[in-house]
Amino acid sequence: MFIKPYGDTLDDGAVQLSFTLPVAAGGRAKEGARQYVLKLGFKHAEIVHAHPLSPEFTFFVAYAKTDVALDYSKVEYVEAVDKSMTMAQVDEFIKANFGRKLVILGACTGTDAHTVGIDAIMNMKGYDHHFGLERYAMIDAHNLGSQVPNEKLLEQAKKLKADAVLVSQIVTQKDVHIHNLTNLIELAEAEKLRDKLVMVVGGPRVNNKLAKELGYDAGFGPGTFAEDVATFVVRKLARTQLRK
Amino acid sequence: MPATKSKLGLSKQKIAGARALAAKIAAPVQKYIEKHTTVTVERATLRLLGADGADKDGVPVPNIVVSQCGEAAAGGAARTYINALIKRSSTTEQLNEEIAGGLDITKIPAADEKQVKARAADLVERLDARVSGNVKFRKERLAEWKAAERSPLIYVIVATGNIYEDVKQARAAALQGADIIAVIRTTAQSLLDYVPYGATTEGFGGTFATQENFRIMRKALDEVAAQEKRYIRLVNYCSGLCMPEIAAMGALERLDMMLNDSMYGILFRDINMYRTFTDQHFSRMINAAADITINTGEDNYLTTSDAIEKAHTVLASQFINERFAANAGMPERLMGLGHAFEMNPATRNGFLYEYSQALMAREIFPAHPLKYMPPTKFMTGDVFKGYAMNTMFNFVAKATGQSIELLGMLTEAIHTPYLQDRYLAIANARYVHENIADFASEIEFRKGGVIRRRAAQVLDETVAMLREVEKAGIFDAIAKGLFAEVKRPKDGGKGLDGVMEKAPGYWNPVEDHLRRKLKSAR
Repeated sequence: MFIKPYGDTLDDGAVQLSFTLPVAAGGRAKEGARQYVLKLGFKHAEIVHAHPLSPEFTFFVAYAKTDVALDYSKVEYVEAVDKSMTMAQVDEFIKANFGRKLVILGACTGTDAHTVGIDAIMNMKGYDHHFGLERYAMIDAHNLGSQVPNEKLLEQAKKLKADAVLVSQIVTQKDVHIHNLTNLIELAEAEKLRDKLVMVVGGPRVNNKLAKELGYDAGFGPGTFAEDVATFVVRKLARTQLRK
Repeated sequence: MPATKSKLGLSKQKIAGARALAAKIAAPVQKYIEKHTTVTVERATLRLLGADGADKDGVPVPNIVVSQCGEAAAGGAARTYINALIKRSSTTEQLNEEIAGGLDITKIPAADEKQVKARAADLVERLDARVSGNVKFRKERLAEWKAAERSPLIYVIVATGNIYEDVKQARAAALQGADIIAVIRTTAQSLLDYVPYGATTEGFGGTFATQENFRIMRKALDEVAAQEKRYIRLVNYCSGLCMPEIAAMGALERLDMMLNDSMYGILFRDINMYRTFTDQHFSRMINAAADITINTGEDNYLTTSDAIEKAHTVLASQFINERFAANAGMPERLMGLGHAFEMNPATRNGFLYEYSQALMAREIFPAHPLKYMPPTKFMTGDVFKGYAMNTMFNFVAKATGQSIELLGMLTEAIHTPYLQDRYLAIANARYVHENIADFASEIEFRKGGVIRRRAAQVLDETVAMLREVEKAGIFDAIAKGLFAEVKRPKDGGKGLDGVMEKAPGYWNPVEDHLRRKLKSAR
């Protein structure tokens, strides 16, 4: 099945773009921006708005059409969870299958000081009326906060006999989050903890595919709630711990 | 821009009661502060006296001196440094080089006490001339370009990691209409117990705060200001383990504003509470003397906790920040108390609550340059929705007379701002500010309506919370998690080992000078 963007007619290939070029504003700049959009492979590019940001920079809004189509049947992506349980169902699942509380650690690791992601998943209050893991009766949740060194996270995981570890990476530049996440997996393997733990990563630049490539069990991007993460973790633990 | 007449009808007695409680809460902390110094207070003192530079491994001279002093730093590191200046007949520049080269100045025999005092007086005079010169320069420019001054002042952030890229982005932002440029710091600088030296071009999520970087950005902004005939203010982050040192650098390089909170480091950076309280005091004395407006960090409470349920924690913290700033001799016109527009946009009447709380802050702190922060917590990557939320935020900021408005970016939660993101933010703010210019003087709120009731409720909850904090004592209140639902043990966190009880005969000529200048209490 080949697909193209939809503006107002099937397969019209309509796309909206905005970008800045390092040139002074004017007719030539607009024409340059139009030609640049065509160079990207678009057809019928139209610069609908141009505004100077400084004497050296101009901002453009463009609409363009593309002939490029994608064979959607070849796209592979597996969601970490397709249908999440509710908080009550998760608690019930843990009671029925494990008969004990599961220990889950969360941290914003490395140099990252932004806890908004891990707080949304862990804190009692949760996010947007979705309670966090601290509220789950059958989960012993520990939010270690921000700027937690990878070593310390694993040390705590050992000490608290964690079943799962959640890592958040929010602010990142020049792919520092990739290095940091890779380092955590390497440390966990060196400490022989990797197989004992479900390891999950979350953040705006993360998805399930990337997470798996880096050696995590799952990855969650924006729009994730605590029950999504909890559903994945308890099902995964049921497959690993209970099979033994 | 203080409102002429109360639109909320808040109880004056309750407000006065809250202030009295804040004074009681701060008093025992102030007693502790007076008896203590920290490694960074000593380093800031050295910096203000002229210590600068770094050794070949990048260890700053002020750090070398304080390490050399060891436990003797509890008597004040200034004496050791000044003594070395006298005994080696050095200028500060020469001595700094020698220290960077490995000279141990604690091994130098003691000079005559009179000489030490005289040299200290010279150095303090030099310091005062430089800082007063900075204050005078700023005042003159502000007076000269008064016509270009708008309200709220538009505040944007640059954060490339490279000071030279920052300059390009800052210049563009100023040309588009930004009044205030903050160079955000690289992540984790707040946890370094030293300030890096020299110009830097690598950072994560921000740029190192160094004195040279301050100088580079100051020069660039002064150039744009002269061109635009509008004073452009420069901000940095006077927080973390080097609070007073950053204040010192800012005073020397004419920064105009500093993020500076009395409790932020404790709650959100896990810095030890005794360390933070001691550091914030000295840093605020420096900021006040340099006429630098502080911005407090109450917005952070609302990114961690719910903005409706925990609104009173913001107001309670504002009262406490106000008290600690006053204790440092800071006038109200420099107290940029913080708050934020962080409610869930799905809240029915959320706009009314935001409006109410922003106006409440304005009416309770009429002379303070309030700092209003944009939505971040519910910015999701939907840039279109985000832009709409920022419009509502801009409306409240203007309509309630906020002084400093940090603009929201439509790409919040995606990446550090692109050049165009800042332009779009400024265009939105200027459109709204202009379009509702006189809205505030046209509108009143009905008695018993949603807006008045909301403000009264938050004030009541604040008074109740301050009572609880006063009863527990603030050290225990923080340990119990009363602020931001974060619990910090008294002896936990970073930096406690850098706190020292002042030794008998403690001597700090800079502190003495600042106290005289600020005529601060005690």
